[in-house]
Amino acid sequence: MSQHAPKEIGELSFGLMDPEEYRDMSATKVITADTYDDDGFPIDMGLMDPRLGVIDPGLECKTCGKHSGSCNGHFGHIELAAPVIHVGFAKLIRRLLRGTCRDCSRLCLNDEEREEFTSRLRRARELSNDLNDVTKAAIRQARKKDHCPFCGGQQYDINHEKPTTYYEVQQVLSAEYPDLIAEAMEPDPDDEDDRGVSPVELADETGIDQSRIQEILSGEFRPREEDRKAIERALDVDLTEEDMNKLMPSDIRDWFEDIPDGDLDVLGISAERSRPEWMILTVLPVPPVTARPSITLDNGQRSEDDLTHKLVDIIRINQRFMENREAGAPQLIIEDLWELLQYHVTTFMDNEISGTPPARHRSGRPLKTLSQRLKGKEGRFRGSLSGKRVNFSARTVISPDPTLSLNEVGVPDRVATEMTQTMNVNERNLEEARRYVSNGPEAHPGANYVKRPDGRRLKVTEKNCEELAEKVQPEWEVSRHLVDGDIIIFNRQPSLHRMSIMAHEVVVMPYKTFRLNTTVCPPYNADFDGDEMNMHALQNEEARAEARVLMRVQEQMLSPRFGENIIGAIQDHISGTYLLTNQNPHFNETQALDLLRATRIDELPEPDGTDDAGNEYWTGRTVFSELLPDELNLEFRSSAGDEVVIENGQLLDGTIDEDAVGAFGGEIVDTIAKVYSKTRARIFVNEVASLAMRSIMHFGFSIGIDDESVSPAAEEQIDEAIENAYARVQELIETYDRGELESLPGRSVDETLEMKIMQTLGKARDSAGDIAEEHFDDDNPAVVMAESGARGSMLNLTQMAGCVGQQAVRGERINRGYEDRTLSHYKPDDLSAEAHGFVEHSYRGGLNPREFFFHAMGGREGLVDTAVRTSKSGYLQRRLINALSELETQYDGTVRDTSDTIVQFEFGEDGTSPVKVSSDEDNDIDVEQIADRVLDTEFASDDAKQQFLGQERSPTNLSEHADDWWMAQSDD
Amino acid sequence: MSEIDYDPQQKFDGVDDDIEAVVEDTELPRRLKTKVYRTVDERGAGVEDADQIAKAVENRYMDTRVDPLDPVGTVSAQSIGEPGTQMTMNTFHYAGVAEIDVTQGLPRLIELVDARKEPDTPMMTVHLEDEFAENRERAHEVVWKIEATRILALGDISTDVADMLVRVDLNPDTLQERWPTVDNLAEIVQEISETIESKLGVDVVQLDDTVIEFGPDEPSYRELLQLVEDLREIVFKGIEDIDRVVIRKEDTEESEDGEFVLYTEGSELGNVLGIEGVDASRTTCNNIHEIHRNLGIEAARESIIEETMNTLEEQGLDDVNIRHLMLVADIMTNGGDIQSIGRHGISGSKESVLARAAFEVMVNHLLDAAIHGEVDDLNGVTENVIVGKPIKLGTGDVNLRMGSEPARTDGTGEGAD
Repeated sequence: MSQHAPKEIGELSFGLMDPEEYRDMSATKVITADTYDDDGFPIDMGLMDPRLGVIDPGLECKTCGKHSGSCNGHFGHIELAAPVIHVGFAKLIRRLLRGTCRDCSRLCLNDEEREEFTSRLRRARELSNDLNDVTKAAIRQARKKDHCPFCGGQQYDINHEKPTTYYEVQQVLSAEYPDLIAEAMEPDPDDEDDRGVSPVELADETGIDQSRIQEILSGEFRPREEDRKAIERALDVDLTEEDMNKLMPSDIRDWFEDIPDGDLDVLGISAERSRPEWMILTVLPVPPVTARPSITLDNGQRSEDDLTHKLVDIIRINQRFMENREAGAPQLIIEDLWELLQYHVTTFMDNEISGTPPARHRSGRPLKTLSQRLKGKEGRFRGSLSGKRVNFSARTVISPDPTLSLNEVGVPDRVATEMTQTMNVNERNLEEARRYVSNGPEAHPGANYVKRPDGRRLKVTEKNCEELAEKVQPEWEVSRHLVDGDIIIFNRQPSLHRMSIMAHEVVVMPYKTFRLNTTVCPPYNADFDGDEMNMHALQNEEARAEARVLMRVQEQMLSPRFGENIIGAIQDHISGTYLLTNQNPHFNETQALDLLRATRIDELPEPDGTDDAGNEYWTGRTVFSELLPDELNLEFRSSAGDEVVIENGQLLDGTIDEDAVGAFGGEIVDTIAKVYSKTRARIFVNEVASLAMRSIMHFGFSIGIDDESVSPAAEEQIDEAIENAYARVQELIETYDRGELESLPGRSVDETLEMKIMQTLGKARDSAGDIAEEHFDDDNPAVVMAESGARGSMLNLTQMAGCVGQQAVRGERINRGYEDRTLSHYKPDDLSAEAHGFVEHSYRGGLNPREFFFHAMGGREGLVDTAVRTSKSGYLQRRLINALSELETQYDGTVRDTSDTIVQFEFGEDGTSPVKVSSDEDNDIDVEQIADRVLDTEFASDDAKQQFLGQERSPTNLSEHADDWWMAQSDD
Repeated sequence: MSEIDYDPQQKFDGVDDDIEAVVEDTELPRRLKTKVYRTVDERGAGVEDADQIAKAVENRYMDTRVDPLDPVGTVSAQSIGEPGTQMTMNTFHYAGVAEIDVTQGLPRLIELVDARKEPDTPMMTVHLEDEFAENRERAHEVVWKIEATRILALGDISTDVADMLVRVDLNPDTLQERWPTVDNLAEIVQEISETIESKLGVDVVQLDDTVIEFGPDEPSYRELLQLVEDLREIVFKGIEDIDRVVIRKEDTEESEDGEFVLYTEGSELGNVLGIEGVDASRTTCNNIHEIHRNLGIEAARESIIEETMNTLEEQGLDDVNIRHLMLVADIMTNGGDIQSIGRHGISGSKESVLARAAFEVMVNHLLDAAIHGEVDDLNGVTENVIVGKPIKLGTGDVNLRMGSEPARTDGTGEGAD
């Protein structure tokens, strides 16, 4: 093992490679297409030549002497029998052929034009615009010229037949020139005045000798170019035809070799790094075997990589080409082989070229060649380079544990024994380190490896652990198991926002799942129906410090999206606090203490009064107030609809529900997190959760199908309401049939009818809901949940007890199915409610088959919608992140990207962070209040005053385990 | 940021040189400084107290500012992208204006960040000035100037195959309604005839007060039908792309009666702004490129913010902080024109080859980079992830050096560079 510090990559430069360079870096020339001989040894100068690197363990690389794993492999090369075109540059080759002179290879632009394009290129570089646009414009300009401005040679058009064939199009005399001339000399049959052209007239007009004209007409003499043009002019005919002259890669290479460097600069091509002739390959590099390892199948057969297969093809054809050429084979055969070689090299680079049949494996599967390896989500870039696989990570199912703090995570012992933290042994932790080692790798707080100062790593086993523990000395490193209090990173995919990855403190636990406090479900968007999450153990001190200070759950309590808390009470917690505070029930001492037993409160306040029997009692609000900070003052409206009043940390009035303590902006949690500290807020949320669980257990809370049933009287009322709506719909339809329906502005009569029917039926559903709601008691669990915001809504309840209502597809009543009707159960053009998907029954009452079918139609739309939405919004987010990822605020308050371009002079126009803006609207700093405190209030100590003035920072809380100390430091 | 002629001592009696010095010494914005002066003045605080108040206020203010080196870009991207999963795919109906269908939800958001040349459902909100906003009749005058009036709205067309003629029977009421400023019916009919003559190249004969007739030059059934087809396309009045205008009364803060606002299907801001009665200062459309063309890049930025915010609000996601949308709008308009978020815009014009290659169409980017001999300096985020170096954002942008001297006590920390 080498001990050098790893080198840092400073920059990467891109360019083409000179064939000489390929030869220089090549470990061997490859000439045989075979890989292994009969004994299973790689053939020399074959594709598996041991000089190209080793993949079989135990063998030694013939080039570098290293073994498999440490040898990166070495390139080889194939000398191509004839040059071939690199497909990736086919378009550029076409451009260069069109833009440069066929004789002198110079770019067909005069000095003025060169100047123009050079400056445009410079401009494009400065603005980081696409250079290709300038190149294209330059080529277009150059192509306009018929003659080279330098050597005066005539230029021909270049045809490009995809992917890699080029033709030069020349205008030559047509083979049928006598007939063409004769035809043009004939009189026009439609025109009586036209008597045609006689040969004598033609001779006069063109100035060609008359006998020569005769010879031309008889086909004995081919007219020279100037004669041809004269005849063309005289007779107004085109005597030429296009001649396609194929340009062989070797011709193109010769052509490009002569392009001067200066001309390339005008086109934005870096002559120094990428000479255009290098786009035509004469030497093909052979990737090292490590890039195309072969696998040995169970039956001992070797299966080669796709790249190797492709290289075999190339070498075979290359060989045949050479043999044929040496044997003096006819040109036709040579050309065919050349084309075949071109095909193989092309597909070796890219096997998805349109117009070219992809090279296939024996099984018929298209081969995955170089370009395919890079492309796409699982390709080299996005799959291997941008997304990295890491050690020290674990993944398992998650399950809830309300006894944990929200900062903690329960880690299964078998995960904790696998993932380690490095301990640097010194005099002070020597004993501890030895204890870990002596426990061995299986017992829980044990160790898996030790590392001696000389760099040697030793595995701790059950057998050697005792012995090894003795040997541990300062300066050794011990890889010890995770223990309680260690910091780790926890993540749930999809990681849509930064709260999807947070740091937790470890609590090692038995069994196999990760355990979470239920209050961290909202940021991860997790539930426990089988969700899995990932854990990463941090491996250096900087990472651990950053995780503790910046990434711990409590630090992420406020969401930067909306600037309010995203962690808070959910579901049963909210039902619990609702039951505790809504009716403000009384508790005796035992009950009150039981409610608070899971919190840090161990003493009850003064009782609120005594009941008739003379027993002291405490109210629910008093019990809840115990959790609030002492000086908290707050007033707001709860989701249950009453006014919540908190004065000096005492809840005087109101219901504690979602708007008070819920995730997504619960007032109390939000205020504590902003005004006090996140540590205080974390303590509060933890305690609210445990108090709520205790209280919901005290009252008991369950829901069943009977909780949604309504009395026969109410049912009758609902039926009547629906009956009424049906009648109104019928009325509308009749008005429509009579043609008396007034259309709404901008709508047709049909649309108006639909809208009115929808409206009527919507109202019917609502009134059914109102009737049902009226019937339910306030202590109905479904009502409690809906009112408090714990789960579900009044609409859900309406649908369960009253009427499910109109089913819609694409925002309209259901109109699809048969011709003019939705189902064969209805008459054509039936516009009534039930024929278009109105479900008049309730979920509890049960749907009839037709209603069920309509309901499924509506439900399916929802499912399709979700599926489409996830992929669309995923792509949107990827694009957004890619576009914005470089932006960062600077010390001067500006927002810049990594190349220092200023995007905003002050973030969000005022430099204020979204998380730090307090939740109320006019959130300005309260100067009055500050003045009050500075001028009038006595401070308990100088420290307190300093702290208030902000001269001294309040202590940082780094761990659950430091809570007692932290609480002692702060006032509360 | 120093104001030229701001003298707190002149405004507040209780403020003297010393107090001004301590307050001005803070990094507070003017707004808060004024507040401090006022408070100090009201309370009659001394220099020492004023200093303490100013310091305390400054501290609280500094606390609300974004941390230096905060990766705000990624946070903003996530804050817009994350609620995308909660949005609906297909919703129409503009808030309040049920008559006009507008693309909403995720498709609209995608359309905005894509910076499409033409939105799926272009529309304008046209505010009116003075009496046009108060009087329905006057408002209608503007409507007829905007809404494209085609022949079908004006009368009935009939074809006389025997005589090879097209007859248009104009409806006098509609004519009066659509040309409210012209009293003479004949004049209107004359105007219509002239328009047909110039557009179709035929001779129009007026048979009656409101009946006009014309036919192809040479009798041909095909020509006749073609004429009818072409006739339907002619715009006699208004702006071609605007198919429908809806007029609505809306409450305003200024007047109790409210004002008339026009909503149009189709948009052509450039032409509408010049029409008499249109309040150009409040009239907008939902095509950001049109706004850019007519009102400039800053207006375009504003409209991107406005449109994205409206889209989110429509979906009940109005809690997304506007600063995130500002950042997106700012990066889209940073180059002076509107760039889309994606491979044709911002991601495609990044400096780094690797960053471009890792996003989309990688092979082309790599080949082009080779030809142009590009050099990747590895400054950005993606490149550094690829080569395995720490990225230069947040804590990765700070170098810490172990100090040989004890840390300074003024709380600024040490060694950050």
